Parts: sequence; C-alpha cells; structure tokens
Amino acid sequence: MTVLELSELARSNGEWLRGTGPEADIVISSRIRLARNLADFPFISRATPADRTELDRCLRDKLLKLADHIQLNYVEVSKLPAVDRQFLVERQLISRELADAQGARGVAIDAREQVSVMVNEEDHLRIQVIHCGLDLEPAWEQINHLDDLIESHVTYAYHPRLGYLTACPTNVGTGMRVSVMLHLPALVLTRQIDKVFRSLQKIGLAVRGLYGEGTQAMGDFYQISNQVTLGRSEADLLKQVRDVVPTIIEYERKARDFLIRESRENLHDRVSRDYGILCSAHTISSEETMHLLSSVRMGVNLGLIRHLEIATLNKLFIHTQPAHLQKLTGTQLDTEHRNIERARYLRRHLGRDKEDEDLRESRGPAA
Amino acid sequence: MQCQKCEKHATFHITELMGGEPLELHFCEEHACEYLNGDKPAQAAATTLASALAQQLAIGQTAEELARADKRACPVCGITFYEFRNQGRLGCPYDYVCFEEELGPLLINIHTEATHVGKRPRRSLPNTDRQIELIRLRREMKEAVAAEDYELASSLRDRIRTLEGSA
Repeated sequence: MTVLELSELARSNGEWLRGTGPEADIVISSRIRLARNLADFPFISRATPADRTELDRCLRDKLLKLADHIQLNYVEVSKLPAVDRQFLVERQLISRELADAQGARGVAIDAREQVSVMVNEEDHLRIQVIHCGLDLEPAWEQINHLDDLIESHVTYAYHPRLGYLTACPTNVGTGMRVSVMLHLPALVLTRQIDKVFRSLQKIGLAVRGLYGEGTQAMGDFYQISNQVTLGRSEADLLKQVRDVVPTIIEYERKARDFLIRESRENLHDRVSRDYGILCSAHTISSEETMHLLSSVRMGVNLGLIRHLEIATLNKLFIHTQPAHLQKLTGTQLDTEHRNIERARYLRRHLGRDKEDEDLRESRGPAA
Repeated sequence: MQCQKCEKHATFHITELMGGEPLELHFCEEHACEYLNGDKPAQAAATTLASALAQQLAIGQTAEELARADKRACPVCGITFYEFRNQGRLGCPYDYVCFEEELGPLLINIHTEATHVGKRPRRSLPNTDRQIELIRLRREMKEAVAAEDYELASSLRDRIRTLEGSA
C-alpha cells in the first residue's frame, strides 16, 4: 500500500467506528488478538536485522497468499514517515510499539479495517480482529479461521504443555487477549470509575486506555481485557470478558439515570455548552476535544442533543487526532496550527460550516 | 524509555495538566498505579511480568540460586536468564525448555495455571527439533562470520540448507 492510499484511508472510517451493533452506545468495539511466533526463528528481541528482514519478507508472502480467502494490503511500516506510522496507531491498526520499533516490520490490513496482522512487533505475528459494538463470538470465529489459514502456511512455535510460545511469558498458552472498549462518561463524572476498576482487577481483568497498554484514558474510553492466557481455553477467556460487560453497562446506565434524575437541567446545560465549544472554537487541543466529544456523545445517547449521529462523533474522535489532521489537510502542522486546523475541522463537521460541507459531500469527494 | 522511579521500561506516559505548565511523567505499571492510586496494584494476580518476577524472587529463590540461574544461557539463542530478567522478553521458543525450572513458578505466578488447555495447531505437530536446530545453526553461522572463520561458516551454511530442505 502506498502513502497515497493511506491518504485515501484517512478519508474513510474503520468498520468498527460505525457506531452500530449490540450496545453500541456504550460498547464501542470488541477486539481479539492472537500472539504467534514461527518455530524456526528467534523471538524478536534476539533476532538480527537479517532475521527480521527474512521474517518480514516471508510472512508478507504468506499473508498475501491468503488472497483467495482474505484480501490483505501489506504496509511496510519501516518505510513510512513518522506521521503515517502515528496515523496507523490512531486508527488502532498498529501498536505504538510497532510504530516506534526499528528494522523491517509491517502490517497487513483488510479494506474494512476489521483485520490487521502486525509482523515483527513483540512477537513475529500479532493477529487482530476488531468488530463494532459487543460482538465477541463473531470476532473469535473470524480470527480463529484466519489463524488456521496462516498456520497452514507456517510452523508456529508450540509446546504440547505450554501452548503457543510467546516472547513474553505473560502471553504464553492461548496467546489471546480479548478486549472490549467501553465509553463510560457517567461513571467518570460520578467518580465511581475507580471502584469499578478495582473490582475488575480483583477478578483478573485489566483496564487500559484508548490506545492500549500504557495510555491514559482519553475521552472516557476504557478497554477491559483478560490478564491470564495460560490454563484457560479461548472459549473461557471470551466468556470471562463477555460476562462482566453487561454489569458494567448496567452501572454506566444507572450512573446516567442518576445524573438525569438529580440534575437534568445541569446535565443538559453542560453537554450543550460542551457541544457549543466544539461548534465554535477557533483553536482547540486534542485533550479538550476528546473531553468535549465524550460529553456530547453521552448527550446524544441520552437524547439531550438531537440531530447528531453517533457514527459522526466516533469518527471525530479519531479524525481530530494529530496525524489524522495532518493526513486530511495534507500538510505537516505544528501543535499551534494543528489546534487551529482541529477547530476548523470540528466547525465544519458540527457547526455552522457543516451545511456547506454536506452540500460538497453530496457532490462527491473533492479532487 | 525508563521509568522515573525504577529501572523498568516506562509503559505509562502521564501528562499532568493541573497547575501551570503540563508535566510529563513516565512510569512502569507498578509506579503508575502507585502514582495514580497512591497505593500498590491489587495482588489477585501478578499483573505484570516485572511484579511476578519480583514476587518470585522474594519468596522462592535464594540469592545463590538466582546467581546460578542468571549465568545460565540458552544453547540455542544464547540469552542468559539474567538478560531475560532485565528485558522481560525471552530469546527463542527453546527458552521455555531450557529455563523450564525458573519459568515454571513464574508462569504459575502470572497465570495461576501451568498447562495449556486451549487451541492446538491444526496440522499434526512437526518435529520442532529441526526448527530449534535451525535457530542455533543460524546463530553459530553469524558468530563464525563475525570471527572470520569462513570455513566453519560455510559448513554451517551447508547444514542449514540441508535442514531447510528437509521440511
């Protein structure tokens, strides 16, 4: 895939941002990843540059060979400029670790952005499937099938007692991480979120921010995932995560009901003001944008703000991030100019400038 | 990047926006929890490899046992147990066999279980000795080239080719 095609990608949206699917007002996406390694190469930390190049070449060939079953585009991450790597991170197609790594590495992506297979991250292969809403079983079926397809072309490092062998012992066994991304603004607002986290940790689940390990919770998005990978079957791990989600959804709904009951006017005022800032600001940071979009998203879900689609908001969360703004405008921007461009982009999609934009879009994309 | 409070890798990057200038903080998971919650993470499961390693050393092994383990190296990829403890990443699939004794308690600590019960590769398992041998020979060939022992390197290359061809 060329840089030009990445710009095409910038204008579109990943399938998982559609904002539909079961419980989509609270559950943004369901994601599963499998860590796999080839049996005849050292793990990445001990791989020589030549090993990495060979792994990259070989795995790329194997992944493109699956074309009869799944059409994948292979992006050579090592050859991308920093802004393009950041762009793929913002889109959840690669990890920050892969973006920042050295040497030959890449990612295979399908056109709907449901599937991404990272090559030479912490493990030789990190296979990922993301679905919209709470949709874990179909995501598992898809990734399980893809794993079988890849395995028919390579020999995985596998131990009869320990399962799939991984570079870090925290992933050994199934190599599987099941995670569900939730939008929990009311639990944050009512200061109950820490309590929820502590009880999740007690039952062996991890909580992370929007971009996974090591990121702060931006825009009240939280990822809940299994911690353990050995000694439990894939079905068990899926169930462990899935079973807890309805409870958290219920807590969030209760917190929203509480906010409405206690102070409907205050809440209505707050989300409307936040919406107002997004519609009219002339310079705005990424953090403030995430914070306000989160508030407005809850306002729409509670029926306090009308005529605004959840899919539009989901898209804005991603498109207003630094690399996306630069891809969309086609220019390199420093922080100050990004903040100006971000405000302009928000006005165009939410504010008074929106009508013009709608008109333009109905005539087809600009050349 | 290194954690500000210990020598582990910093995986949490926090921007503190209270007060005047934004403050950048970089922590490992343990110290991030400490910073954010004012206490240690819940101990139900050892949440990170680092804390699992620390726990294991606190309970299981004496200093001499550890010193002995640290010096051992994998015959296939050459990584020592000390290097693994520092980096938190293993060097090759064979490490799970050669460091079995050290990794066993660690895996129990992390996962509370020691035996895989999930999916297996669909094809009947090939003889992985061949794959392990390949990793070892490729490393030895690289070392031979570095030592300018081209005779050894070329004989190793022939053995690698034979093995690769026998799949």
